[in-house]
Amino acid sequence: MNGVHDMGGMHGFGPIDIEADEPVFHDEWEGRVYGMVTSIREERDVYGPYGSRHYIENIPPARYLASSYYEKWMLALEAALLNKGLLTAEELDDRTRQFLDDATTQVPERIDPELAERVRQRIYAPQPLEQKASSAPRFGIGDLIVVRNVHPTGHTRLPRYVRGKRGVIARIYGAQGFQDEPTIADSSAQHVYSVVFDADELWGENAEPNQRLYIDMWECWLESAE
Amino acid sequence: MSGNHSGEHHPEPQPYAALRAKAIESLLIEKGLLSTDAIDTRVQAYEQDIGPMNGAKVVARAWTDAEYRKRLLEDGTSAIGELGFYGAQGAEIIVLENTPTVHNMVVCTLCSCYPWPVLGLPPRWYKSDAYRARAVIEPRAVLKEFGLTLDESVEVRVWDSNSDIRYMVLPVRPEGTEHMDEETLAELVTRDTMIGVAKAKTPMPVT
Repeated sequence: MNGVHDMGGMHGFGPIDIEADEPVFHDEWEGRVYGMVTSIREERDVYGPYGSRHYIENIPPARYLASSYYEKWMLALEAALLNKGLLTAEELDDRTRQFLDDATTQVPERIDPELAERVRQRIYAPQPLEQKASSAPRFGIGDLIVVRNVHPTGHTRLPRYVRGKRGVIARIYGAQGFQDEPTIADSSAQHVYSVVFDADELWGENAEPNQRLYIDMWECWLESAE
Repeated sequence: MSGNHSGEHHPEPQPYAALRAKAIESLLIEKGLLSTDAIDTRVQAYEQDIGPMNGAKVVARAWTDAEYRKRLLEDGTSAIGELGFYGAQGAEIIVLENTPTVHNMVVCTLCSCYPWPVLGLPPRWYKSDAYRARAVIEPRAVLKEFGLTLDESVEVRVWDSNSDIRYMVLPVRPEGTEHMDEETLAELVTRDTMIGVAKAKTPMPVT
């Protein structure tokens, strides 16, 4: 979707705010949200075929921009849990009010060593990515391509700033599942390429000197420009 | 609560996000969907065990072992795995070699994709709207804010990490480090050098 999350090339966000020696989590709740999201999505299909990113991308734009990274994770988690019927809005609001009204309210504790062990293994286990594509790569290194000017209304990994632009195949990667929604191609695995664009092609006369942009492209987004 | 003679203690009110997170955790635990120790495991792994010190070991090995460097650039995931680093958000890691004439830097404009097994979880600035928006259109201006001014003769390559592949930068080994062993070299490698917004630290001159 042409959402506010697709930020490449936008203006107006000011300087980069660089924090020296920052902690991994700035507040305890950030770690709890991180732990809940990463643990539960490995245990069950909470988020559906487009993952947690689909839910983050669907946060209303004004709220998206006003929320921190882990606030967005939490909003997406809430939305997915409600959507799956694992929580109701009423019980969530009631419990939030309970924590607000009574400072002695505690989070209950439950220990499940088997679950914790599964979580631990998934943190450290190799996670092969490459899938088998049903055909040979259509493009070779050095081929000139143009990116299709498509605008999927749901989840896509194709940022606006490269659509319709001309680039060159730089690397051929293994196949990955195609994730656009709605799909413009077979959603089974297809070849992914690293495509390089001259900054001039992307930003015209506003480009900085001697810059190139590399981005991963699923094959069905590309057309030959030879 | 002994020693508190001023009456009832009023703690700072907690932000809404903290309360909301507690409410969600409480419900998920009561429903048996998660456990306290599962969440703790995840938090502790990235607070204590997985972070840029992993990537620094990879870089130091590449600086001291030419064969390893070759393997790392050809198949980053396997070479990083040789040092015992793999797992979540590291299914495929590509290592990008900085040279005196080519400078690589990594961004994720659509969210905040990042190579967790070698760098841990990303810093706030990497997840910021400003970095995500600006790194692709004005990388030299962004690098200047990090204190890195590159000559125009240096080619800047920005990698937008938009698929399930993750990227890590192999910085240039600083001059004056020829005598150093792997362990000492690793201390010169910061998180920012492996994202590509800084150069490796120059060692303090021996006086």
